[in-house]
Amino acid sequence: MKSINLTINGKKISKEVEDYTLLSTFIRENLNLTGTHIGCDTSQCGACVVHVDGKSMKSCALLAADVNGAKVTTIEGLAENGKLHPMQEAFKKHHGLQCGYCTPGMVMSAVDLLKNKKNPSDKEIREWLEGNICRCTGYQNIVAAVKDAASKM
Amino acid sequence: MKAFNFHEVKSVKEATKLASNKSTFLAGGMTLIPSMKMRLSSFSDVIDIKEIKELYGIKVKGKSVIIGANTKHADVAASKEVRKAVHSLAGLAEGIGDPQVRNCGTLGGSISNNDPTACYPSACIALDATIHTSSRKVEAEKFFTGMFETSLKKGELVTAVEFQIPEKSCYIKFPNPASRYAMVGVYIAKFKKEVRCAVTGAQSVVYRCKEIEKALNNNFSESALDSVSLKSSNLNSDIHASAEYRASLIVSCAQKAVAGSK
Repeated sequence: MKSINLTINGKKISKEVEDYTLLSTFIRENLNLTGTHIGCDTSQCGACVVHVDGKSMKSCALLAADVNGAKVTTIEGLAENGKLHPMQEAFKKHHGLQCGYCTPGMVMSAVDLLKNKKNPSDKEIREWLEGNICRCTGYQNIVAAVKDAASKM
Repeated sequence: MKAFNFHEVKSVKEATKLASNKSTFLAGGMTLIPSMKMRLSSFSDVIDIKEIKELYGIKVKGKSVIIGANTKHADVAASKEVRKAVHSLAGLAEGIGDPQVRNCGTLGGSISNNDPTACYPSACIALDATIHTSSRKVEAEKFFTGMFETSLKKGELVTAVEFQIPEKSCYIKFPNPASRYAMVGVYIAKFKKEVRCAVTGAQSVVYRCKEIEKALNNNFSESALDSVSLKSSNLNSDIHASAEYRASLIVSCAQKAVAGSK
């Protein structure tokens, strides 16, 4: 067992975890933050993307013990005082989701993109979202949502 | 995932001392963790080397670029020094996996894993790199020995890679549309005394394509490769591409790389 200290969505926590616990498992099962999804379990689909110290990463390919001391933001940490984050609003407005399974990862990746590029082109958005797989919307509305959010952030 | 003991170390010495026949080093973990999850590999001890500060960093010194083993793909891609010294190396890093993989994956991890379709091994071969490890310096051509195999001994850790700066270079890969791994990747580097051409994704391990090098040494132009026809008998053949298709892809990627060299 390892004792880890993390800041999750602004809140400091201390927990004991097994050495082999994945960050995704830790977030979902120990913290009950089930907005972070496990889509493929082979680290290819991007549904589990969270931010670790401000950078988007796949939580199913990281060990919880390995991010000891980090600041982690999950999809639950984006809305403030009950108000959706502009990226979440844009996904809702543009119907950038159908079943919604991939959406938390898409949103977390897209938020990271806009940190580095204020006004990305369609091509840049598509390239950036390469690691996020959606099996229903066909991506058009996702790209439209990210563009719209960029204009508002 | 099978249970293991997780260790965090602060120095290369500490890492190599802890290593055993049943241990592994954890760098970015972008291949290691998924393969452990799928039980393709298992270890009794996982030695996390992320906290070893001396393994980070990028230095341009004389005619070489030295990149610390823990440097992430995203950092190499964003490095102005790398882009200025060897434009194609930053470009290669920018094209590995996806943004989340590039935020975690490291140079040392990639070359130690030596996936036959990985991009970085081709850069090491084409840019005549020297691999620095915890115990020695080894030429890239003697480092990559086979499919997922290197000349690293148990407990030996890659600490940095020293790339030679060419006059011109370019890396072109033809990514598998699903996995984005290189079905074929060709790295061309033109040095004063020779042209080097490294190919990844086409055989069990990265290699130098002597036919292309010969043609480009005579005449560094796309048209010099028009008449090059590669044997396919020693190339990979799978559901994604036949050996004959790969043979043709190598030449066309090489032509694009010559055209894009800067």
